[in-house]
Amino acid sequence: MKSNLTLSCLALIASLLHAPAAQAVEFKQFQAAKSSLSFVYKQMNVPVDGQFKNFRARIAFDPAKPTAAKAEFEIDLASIDAGSKDANDEVAGKAWFDTKQFPVAKFVASSVKPLGNNRYEVAGKMSIKGKTQDLATPVTVSQQGDGASFDGSLVLKRADYAIGDGVWADFGTVANEIQIKFHLVATSK
Amino acid sequence: MPASTFQPASAYTRTAIGLHWLIAIALAGTFALGIYMPDLPLSPQKLKLYSWHKWAGVSIFLFVILRLVWRFGHRPPALPAGMPRWQVRLAEGTHHLLYLLMFAVPLSGWLMSSAKGFQTVWFGVLPLPDLLNKDKELGDALRQLHMLLNFSMAGLVLVHAAAAVKHHLIDRDDILARMLPFLAHSGAKK
Repeated sequence: MKSNLTLSCLALIASLLHAPAAQAVEFKQFQAAKSSLSFVYKQMNVPVDGQFKNFRARIAFDPAKPTAAKAEFEIDLASIDAGSKDANDEVAGKAWFDTKQFPVAKFVASSVKPLGNNRYEVAGKMSIKGKTQDLATPVTVSQQGDGASFDGSLVLKRADYAIGDGVWADFGTVANEIQIKFHLVATSK
Repeated sequence: MPASTFQPASAYTRTAIGLHWLIAIALAGTFALGIYMPDLPLSPQKLKLYSWHKWAGVSIFLFVILRLVWRFGHRPPALPAGMPRWQVRLAEGTHHLLYLLMFAVPLSGWLMSSAKGFQTVWFGVLPLPDLLNKDKELGDALRQLHMLLNFSMAGLVLVHAAAAVKHHLIDRDDILARMLPFLAHSGAKK
């Protein structure tokens, strides 16, 4: 009888200990050094690669409860590498990002919809240069060990945010569509 | 029967003359654009000019291939018989170097563009492969090379043109006139 009780207690403790692992973990420690945010734009139909070096994310993602996931994303626009020094100086200016006035671009997710096969549609609000637009993007989540990576790509139209105003507003030289690729890593610990 | 047999050996074919002047004008224009555009402040116009410069370079490269192929099938007329040996050598050497540079200049521009991270897309339609990865130092070195080759070519073109004028005005032979038939001296030495 006594040994039975001990056994049950041990079983209970064991199940409690295992419980968090048996349920899904939550990935919420953003790993900036392992993440990347790059883009491709076309000028005169020539694809040019660029990236942002500084960005932060607050991610809370539990694969068991994906619809409760939270994601917020901030990009330091001055950390851009748009392919050349000329371009970097140019895009910081008023016609493009106006980084003095609007140093940060921000995305706040408002809904996460599972699409199956570890794919989700994340929808939210993107704010750049004082303009806020609805934005939705598919995200593929892959887990490895205590980390998860969130990958996706989307097309952002620069005119929606008045990025590239004035003489640049015409899409003949710099195309409206900017292909954006993100790779975000978050760990559970 | 090859077309060359219809042409007297003392004349260039019309195709050869046409290609010579087409390439000469295109080279001069592309060279001038290449000198003008780098110091412009960044603007849509600058991006356009760079693209046009690159499209022109690729086009010239193709015309030079065409010209060389034509030249193999249609040998140029002989130089005047009385020319001193050293002048013949100098003329031939200049021609060979010019051909070499007409290939090397666009090639160096293409490689420079690749190394600077800008693919060349011919007329905005046909992407040329990037043979080099983006590499700032290599890009700067290739820029120097592109300039050096261009100024060498410009120097040789001046020598080439000065020689042609000298033949026309001093030697009074038909060297210039066979590339510019309307200049033919009446009763010029053949």
